[in-house]
Amino acid sequence: MRGMTIIVQAISRLMAPAIFLLGVYVVLHGHLTPGGGFAGGVLIAGAFVLLVLAFGSEEWRSRALNWNATALESFGLFFFWFLAVLGMVQGVQFFVNVIAKSEPGTPYRLFSAGIIPLCNTAIGIEVAAGLFSIFICLAVMKMGEKP
Amino acid sequence: MIVYSLAIVLFLVGLYGVLVKRNLFKILIGLSVVEYAVNLLFALIGYRQGGAAPIRTAGLAADTVFVDPIPQALVLTAIVIGLATTALLAAVAVRIYEKYDTFDVRKIRKLRG
Amino acid sequence: MLTVLILLIVLMILGAVVALESRDLLSGVISLGICGFALTIAFLLLQAPDLAIVQIIVETLTLVILIAAILKTTREDTSEPLGFRKILLWGMGLVAIAAFLLVTVGVLRHLPPFGAPELRMAQPYIDGGLPQTGAANLVAAIILDYRGYDTLGEATVLFTAVAGTVAVLRSVGRKHA
Repeated sequence: MRGMTIIVQAISRLMAPAIFLLGVYVVLHGHLTPGGGFAGGVLIAGAFVLLVLAFGSEEWRSRALNWNATALESFGLFFFWFLAVLGMVQGVQFFVNVIAKSEPGTPYRLFSAGIIPLCNTAIGIEVAAGLFSIFICLAVMKMGEKP
Repeated sequence: MIVYSLAIVLFLVGLYGVLVKRNLFKILIGLSVVEYAVNLLFALIGYRQGGAAPIRTAGLAADTVFVDPIPQALVLTAIVIGLATTALLAAVAVRIYEKYDTFDVRKIRKLRG
Repeated sequence: MLTVLILLIVLMILGAVVALESRDLLSGVISLGICGFALTIAFLLLQAPDLAIVQIIVETLTLVILIAAILKTTREDTSEPLGFRKILLWGMGLVAIAAFLLVTVGVLRHLPPFGAPELRMAQPYIDGGLPQTGAANLVAAIILDYRGYDTLGEATVLFTAVAGTVAVLRSVGRKHA
């Protein structure tokens, strides 16, 4: 897949960090505003897909992208399961919200709601890395190539 | 009642695409339409007249009426998993084309080699 | 609002029919995109901003992935010309849709009317959402605290689907002929 013209490349070089930052914002504030882990994760994947589309697949073929993407995705899922088991380690049942929630009277802060922002982060990492890995295998790698 | 029937008509259009069409890509498009119809039906069931979106903001009155949040929780993950299965089916379709040089399901059924 | 919703669903049905019956695969996929974006507006009208955000960005990525798959293979469709068999199939399809709809209307009559659901399961979640979990977004509180098990399962299913796709596209295949 060839890249695009130089105007598209310059604009996407500016826009991709902004889209990435928006995705991180949607993931982190998942318990206060609409969005959450799934929406933010797909946005982060969209930022990287924009870069691959604008600069062509030849540019990315030499880097070890697919291995990094699948390693990140496994880490995200493992982190989510670790948070679920955390309840069992603390002596309560499986998957209980064990981190202290906010003091009564201040419910709208960023570090409130216990385990929910951490779960959102784990899901965001997993969804972003997984969808980017699918796109890399479909558009960049040639058939029969070991990444 | 009429919106429910329209959502079911959309589901049936997609089902027609999955069952009748001969091209593998058209089957994939039909499956996508079936997923849209099911998500739409869930969101329609949860709607409440005059309700607000289920987010508690700071300035809201104490007795506001919310729409039903449970169907939205069900649909939220279903949309992303629908994307993953569509991508999986597209990858399988690309591999089938590389091997048989056609998308026609009648020709693919005769195994070769 | 109800008329706008009905118009949107009719637009989606027309877009789906065009997507399935077009002779060019690329224009079929673009019609599918129209269907998906109309669904985003429908989600916004139904007071579901979470779903609207996810649907619009997933629709964009679906279009990118499907067009990448089309460009790797072929653009034409293997459709047959407009003959007797095709009209017979369309007629039978319409009859089947009408029969199914007639049976389903009997079931739809037992659902609560549009706009007045019984919130029997959701009322404890709405009342106790903010004090018990500390999250202002009730949908996030439901999928990650009250129903966290289901989200755990769905994250694993997503991982399996991605692993399957990478495995299918990675292995060396036999070249044809």
